[in-house]
Amino acid sequence: MGAAPDSSDPLGSATRRPLLDADALARTVDRMAHQILEKTAGAHNTVLIGIPTRGATLARRLAARMRAFEGVDVPVGILDTTLYRDDLRLRAVRALEETTEPPGGITDRLVVLVDDVLYSGRTVRAALDALRELGRPRAVQLAVLVDRGHRELPIRADFVGKNIPTAPEEQVRVLLAEVDGENAVVIISGGPS
Amino acid sequence: MKHLLSAADLDREAATLVLDTAAQMDAALAGREVKKLPTLRGRTVVNLFYEDSTRTRISFELAAKRLSADVITFSAKGSSVSKGESLKDTALTLEAMGADAVVVRHSMSGAPHRLAQWVRGSVVNAGDGTHEHPTQALLDAFTMRARLGRLEGLRVTIVGDVLHSRVARSNVLLLSTLGAEVTVVAPPTLLPVGVDAWPVEVSFDLDQSLPKADVVMMLRVQRERMSASYFPSPREYSRRYGLDATRMAMLAEHAIVMHPGPMNRGMEIAAEVADSVRSTIVEQVSNGLSVRMAVLYLLLGGAEVAA
Repeated sequence: MGAAPDSSDPLGSATRRPLLDADALARTVDRMAHQILEKTAGAHNTVLIGIPTRGATLARRLAARMRAFEGVDVPVGILDTTLYRDDLRLRAVRALEETTEPPGGITDRLVVLVDDVLYSGRTVRAALDALRELGRPRAVQLAVLVDRGHRELPIRADFVGKNIPTAPEEQVRVLLAEVDGENAVVIISGGPS
Repeated sequence: MKHLLSAADLDREAATLVLDTAAQMDAALAGREVKKLPTLRGRTVVNLFYEDSTRTRISFELAAKRLSADVITFSAKGSSVSKGESLKDTALTLEAMGADAVVVRHSMSGAPHRLAQWVRGSVVNAGDGTHEHPTQALLDAFTMRARLGRLEGLRVTIVGDVLHSRVARSNVLLLSTLGAEVTVVAPPTLLPVGVDAWPVEVSFDLDQSLPKADVVMMLRVQRERMSASYFPSPREYSRRYGLDATRMAMLAEHAIVMHPGPMNRGMEIAAEVADSVRSTIVEQVSNGLSVRMAVLYLLLGGAEVAA
């Protein structure tokens, strides 16, 4: 039944152009944590929901930074959107990822969805559908480390780490130590897409 | 993968993917009020049941519905089959109606394999004669992994009517793929010819194999498939091969007792064993739903695969 190859396959002959190094990435996450705290009045009644794989890692990092800055404990959940995607039949079947509801649920709370890269917006649309099944949040906002443009749906992020203009044939990779063994954001071009 | 006809179709990677997917399905629906996913919207699943079944039929039907597929359940009674329509003609009818998957149970071993040659959609074997029942083996493996944390090196003792049991055959195939050590225990008359070639140990003495088992799987005595007398009397069978409270006490502390259902209480399994904390019989049913959702998702959830 083989799952689709994950986008973290070896890079092969592709060229890799660095956009953020480890320090810049850490500062970006710090800034996003501050912005979320500011916009949510100290993360009052707020939960972070990460979209696997790297969105979930980022959500945990943001929560850790928010705890370090203001001593708040923001619940973190993980939401796999695969079963809600509208493009399942365009590709080989995908392996599912983890889903964990945040402690206390999401109903009547402010949900901040967290993902690594915002591109077509289809993952976010799937996430909104999946969220609806978990409960009725007071509001949903979106935090992404990288916005690379090329939206196919009317979706925009509330918190953006970095806006990066890209060509559609390029790929933006967010590498996080917990998953990839290093911290960086890179653009890949010329490799297999 | 296009069809699921035999537990032998699954290598270790594919089998593990099914089990992992089932666990994620569980997590995706845990604690939900509305247990529904939009994943297979617009796809049609036909349940084609030529043989009586309660839990498997309902389980597949519910699994398909939870994934938002359109489900048609078709049992031989009350259909054109009772007017003498052949499997092939029924298959062509389903084909014409555009079934994306056919879940088939049939009293003849090999019927799902034939069906797979006639229809364009995916075929899932939901039990064929005394041959195989791969989703049962998957849900059993899922239950073992959930209860005991692993399958590799697990000692599984399968007891009873191995001869007529598609559950035993599929379990032996899948469990050996996943690295478990299987022992089958049965009276010599209820072991199939060629069991020596199976990747199992064979024993005729239940009491001897109980203390070292991590899992004891009791099989139903399938009287409806027995045309001759395979053992002197039910009481005699029960005394030698039934699991009662005294025998259960011989099991290791952590060992679990499984049964694919439906049970003959008092025959192969005593009521106090079936209802004990070691028994996973009710869990097996709910795990069956998750595993069948996983199978349907993996067969139908991506781009169409060539046969």
